[in-house]
Amino acid sequence: MKTKCPECDADVEAPDDVIVGEVVSCSDCGLELEVVSVDNGRLEVKPVQIAGEDWGE
Amino acid sequence: MPVTIGIVYDQIRWEEKAIIDAAKKGNIKTNLIDAKTNFFRLDVNGAKKGLGDVLLQRCVSYFRNIHLTALFENQGYEVVNPFSVAEVCGNKLLTTLALEKAEIPTPKTVVAFTPEAALKSLDEIGYPAMLKPVVGSWGRLIVPLKDSETALAVLEEREYMFPLYHVYYIQEMVKRPPRDIRVFVVGGEVVAGIYRYSFGGDIRTNIARGGKAEVCRINSELEEVGLRAAEAVGGGVLGIDMMETKEGLVVHEVNHTVEFQATTAVTGVNIPKYIVGYLIRKARK
Repeated sequence: MKTKCPECDADVEAPDDVIVGEVVSCSDCGLELEVVSVDNGRLEVKPVQIAGEDWGE
Repeated sequence: MPVTIGIVYDQIRWEEKAIIDAAKKGNIKTNLIDAKTNFFRLDVNGAKKGLGDVLLQRCVSYFRNIHLTALFENQGYEVVNPFSVAEVCGNKLLTTLALEKAEIPTPKTVVAFTPEAALKSLDEIGYPAMLKPVVGSWGRLIVPLKDSETALAVLEEREYMFPLYHVYYIQEMVKRPPRDIRVFVVGGEVVAGIYRYSFGGDIRTNIARGGKAEVCRINSELEEVGLRAAEAVGGGVLGIDMMETKEGLVVHEVNHTVEFQATTAVTGVNIPKYIVGYLIRKARK
C-alpha cells in the first residue's frame, strides 16, 4: 500500500496489513508518519507527534 | 474459552505491531484502544464493556499510561502492567526504595529538594555523580555532574523548570564498562538479555539515544537479580536495567512499558510471543 509523504512527496510504502495508528517511515526523508485511515487500499498519514516530555520507557 | 486482549496505545510502533501479530498467529483476538482519540468516563457505571479479558497497557506517554491504567483497574479490568507496578517503575525514587527494601544492590542515591541541599549531598556522594529526573524516560535530562561548578549551574537552571525537576535525585557514578545490561522478565521468567553500549561519547546507553544492542547470555546471577528486581516492583512484563561492577551487579532501573525491537533483532527471542502467552494466562486466571 502506498501514499505520498507530506514532507517530501516521495512514495511511502506500508505493509498490506497496515492498521490505523501504526507508525511508518518515509524512506526518502526519514519522517515518521502515523496512519490515520486505511480505506479500500487508500492510505492517509500525518506526521507523528513530536515526542512528548513524558514519552519513553 | 476464546480470549480477547485489549491493547491500550497511543502509537502503534514496531513493538505493538509485533504483539498484535503474535496474537493473530495464536488465533487470539485483539481490541485496539486508542488513548488519543477516545475519552473515558471515570464512573464505574460508565465503564466501556468488553474491551478485553485482559488489557495490555502500551501508551508511550507515561502520564496517559498510568492514568488510564488506574481508570481501567477501577472499572474491573485486569491490566498488564498494573498501576501499582507502573507507579513504582515510572518513578526512579520509588524504584530505588523498592529495590532497597528487597535488599537488591542498587547505586547509592540521595534526594534533596533545594540546590543548596543537593550541593551538600554531592559532598557526601562525591563527584562525578548523576542527576536524574525522578520521572523521565529515554535518558532525558540525565546529567553527569563532574564538579561543584557544573552542579551549581545545572541545579540553578533546574530551578526554572517544572517543580518535578526540583526533586534532586542524585546517584553515585558507578564504575562500569561502557555498557549496561537490560534483562527482560515476563511473568516470573527471564526471557532475554542484551548489553546496551553507549554511543558517540554519550554516557547514556538508551537505545532511543543511539545506544547499540548486543546479545547477553543469561547466567544464573543475571537470572536471580532480574527475577528479584521484578518481584520487588510487583512483577509483570518488565525490563530490568543493571550495571556490572567489581562487587557484582547493581540494578538502577526497572521499565514497565518495555521496548524490545533491538532485543528481538539481536537475540532472536520472540518476546511478543512470551507477552501474549502471559496475557492469556492472566485472562484465564
